[in-house]
Amino acid sequence: MSATVVTPGEAVQAPEPESSSVNYLNVSHTLRSWLLTGDHKRIAVLYLISVSFFFFLGSIAASLVRIELMSPNGLMMESETYNKMFSAHGIIMIFFFLIPSIPAIFGNFLIPIMIGARDLAFPRLNLASWYMYMVAGVLVLTSFLMGGVESGWTFYTPYSSLTTSQVTLCLIGLFIMGFSSIATGLNFIVTIHKMRAPGMTWDRLPLFVWAHYATSIIIILGTPVVAITLLLVVMERLFDIGVFNPANGGDPVLFQHMFWFYSHPAVYIMVLPGMGVISEVISNFSQKRTFGYHMIAYSSLAIALLGFLVWGHHMFVAGQSMYQGVVFSLLSFVLAVPSAIKVFNWTATIYKGQVRLQTPMVYALGFLGLFLIGGLTGLYLACLATDVHLTATYFIVAHFHYVMVGGAMVAFLGALHYWWPKMFGRMYPDSWGKMSALLVFVGFNLTFFPQFVMGYMGMPRRYHYYYFAPEFQPYHIASTLGSSVLAVGLILPALYLTWSLKYGKKVGPNPWNARGLEWETASPPIPTNFEEIPIVEREAYDFDHGPIDDTWDEESPVRAHEVKR
Amino acid sequence: MSAAAHGHDRDELVFHQFEDLPQQRESYIVGMWAFLVTEVMFFGGLFLAYMLYRMKYQPYFFEIHKELNIGLGGLNTVVLLFSSFAMAMAVYSHQMKRKGPTLGWLTVVQICAAAFLFIKLVFEWSHKIHVGHVPWAFQWNEPGVPPEIAKLFFSMYFGMTGLHGVHVLIGMIIIGALQYLIWKDAYSVKDYIPTEMIGLYWHFVDIVWIFLFPLFYLMPQ
Repeated sequence: MSATVVTPGEAVQAPEPESSSVNYLNVSHTLRSWLLTGDHKRIAVLYLISVSFFFFLGSIAASLVRIELMSPNGLMMESETYNKMFSAHGIIMIFFFLIPSIPAIFGNFLIPIMIGARDLAFPRLNLASWYMYMVAGVLVLTSFLMGGVESGWTFYTPYSSLTTSQVTLCLIGLFIMGFSSIATGLNFIVTIHKMRAPGMTWDRLPLFVWAHYATSIIIILGTPVVAITLLLVVMERLFDIGVFNPANGGDPVLFQHMFWFYSHPAVYIMVLPGMGVISEVISNFSQKRTFGYHMIAYSSLAIALLGFLVWGHHMFVAGQSMYQGVVFSLLSFVLAVPSAIKVFNWTATIYKGQVRLQTPMVYALGFLGLFLIGGLTGLYLACLATDVHLTATYFIVAHFHYVMVGGAMVAFLGALHYWWPKMFGRMYPDSWGKMSALLVFVGFNLTFFPQFVMGYMGMPRRYHYYYFAPEFQPYHIASTLGSSVLAVGLILPALYLTWSLKYGKKVGPNPWNARGLEWETASPPIPTNFEEIPIVEREAYDFDHGPIDDTWDEESPVRAHEVKR
Repeated sequence: MSAAAHGHDRDELVFHQFEDLPQQRESYIVGMWAFLVTEVMFFGGLFLAYMLYRMKYQPYFFEIHKELNIGLGGLNTVVLLFSSFAMAMAVYSHQMKRKGPTLGWLTVVQICAAAFLFIKLVFEWSHKIHVGHVPWAFQWNEPGVPPEIAKLFFSMYFGMTGLHGVHVLIGMIIIGALQYLIWKDAYSVKDYIPTEMIGLYWHFVDIVWIFLFPLFYLMPQ
């Protein structure tokens, strides 16, 4: 080590958590300083507020859909309103909650800190991505207020190019949303490649960062394709260009190919960051080095790459060739392998760990169970023969909700509870957290497990009435009941987390006794994250030695080069 | 390595999130390449659609493509290729810290870009709009070629060359901004990296045309 390099002892002296110390939240107080900020942590908070708002809207739409389905003849909506309601639910939840939730909030907040950088590579681009998100949100909400969209979140042609509802405005909004997403992904890729602190090798990179790297690859490869696809539908509607219109020689199935080329990888945009969260949480709350670090890291990349080769499994009954179907089916089965690798490794991490059942860990364990069910039922749908029976039934609705809600949303809540003390310097009441985590788990299962059953029995998705088969009503009522339990489980965190902002117990830099650079800086972090850029000499999950506060002491006997692998 | 690497005496060109100038330069270039990847995928969707319809309707497309003027398309190709050369020279001049030649070569790029758009809009598009080849008011009297196929061809033609044209226009705007900054000796362009990044973008725009020209104008029987 040359003399000019800062020694580790000096490098990571985390300031004491004094209330008077300057952090990113209290460094300035004007609205202007928030709206024109370049600080990734502030932008993450802006995202947290706006994503929560959209999540609230999407949940309202979901609740209305669930209430409507309690009766075989519907309760309060016209069929057209019902169609607009589930479309609004899907569009808001997919594009404005699931896609940006973990990357734009926690990725934004944590990646620079985890790799030991002062900020993302392009702070202004980061801020621009939030503004694009907001403009897109305003456009899409305007399209809902002007009459809504009834084509579902998939916008299948030719219906989406022919319907008189507000598809054009909505698609322009989603087009802009795509660029917001691209800006975030591009920023992450550059940051992870070029901004890592000295010593933060790829082998020491936290798995959360690996997951976001894989996610960013999907974002920059996939999102432009869906952007041009949605733009073509807009052109079709405005100028009648005929690319997806069979009457003009176009091919509507081409839309499905181009749409799913993005939208299947997009489910990995939603769930991979969640997997990154789970890797962090499970390792920490087992106080044990992640089992199979490299396998988890590389399986993220494998998912990102293989994810681009399976889009055809959405189209087994859309008239593609049988041979194409066979290949897509096979590749979809192959894609289950890296996901399984992760689940096995997480389980092995817990094994013989010192498990602490605090709120984030409860969410992580919930994720394991729900994602397992979601993933395994995916195999039913990847299998050609069973898929013909299950396509467009509630089985598939239940499947992707198990992955998206049981996976991505539960991971989001886990991340929120794990890094909340880091973001705001205050702890929420853990018993309330555990209770609502349990409510989410129970409510979620009660909502979606009956949907597996009735879907298998033949209940089609997106149907407003089911008087042709009133025997499904008990399942629908159970599902609606479950969704109200789920709602309570989601409202509670909103309340006690907001409460904790003012009244929560103040915490130090490392309330969980965790490892990783983000726990070495203050809670909440100072504006530049670190006083000096740290020199990293250990991997992110070094639980074999004492907590960081001790080991980084100059006198400590444990130094990085002694870490045993 | 400069002293800025160690946190003292930081180079004024380095933004606060970077450690030193090399890191900042590399980040910008990686960012630009990542952006170009998204651009390739963006155009890729259109190329895919065009490829499929061309495979499906090749004999018709061959008949329809005779409507396009190979001479003008070829001229535009030459113009764009020369602009890429000029851009390469501009980047080189900026690397050599020669302000005059940098501005001069960038002006050559601007002239070429303007000429490209002029030829495209005035000689090609306006003629085709005049005879009714735009999709929203499409007219087609050629016997033997179904009008909907011709419309599909011209939709793709206007869509792809239009999107390319938008990129040329955006290029002109950012090159104009770059010229202004260089002319004013602005702080942010003391480094040649902005020029290099815009150069990468410009070469990409050029390459898209290199693919568009044979796909639309030089069709085999």
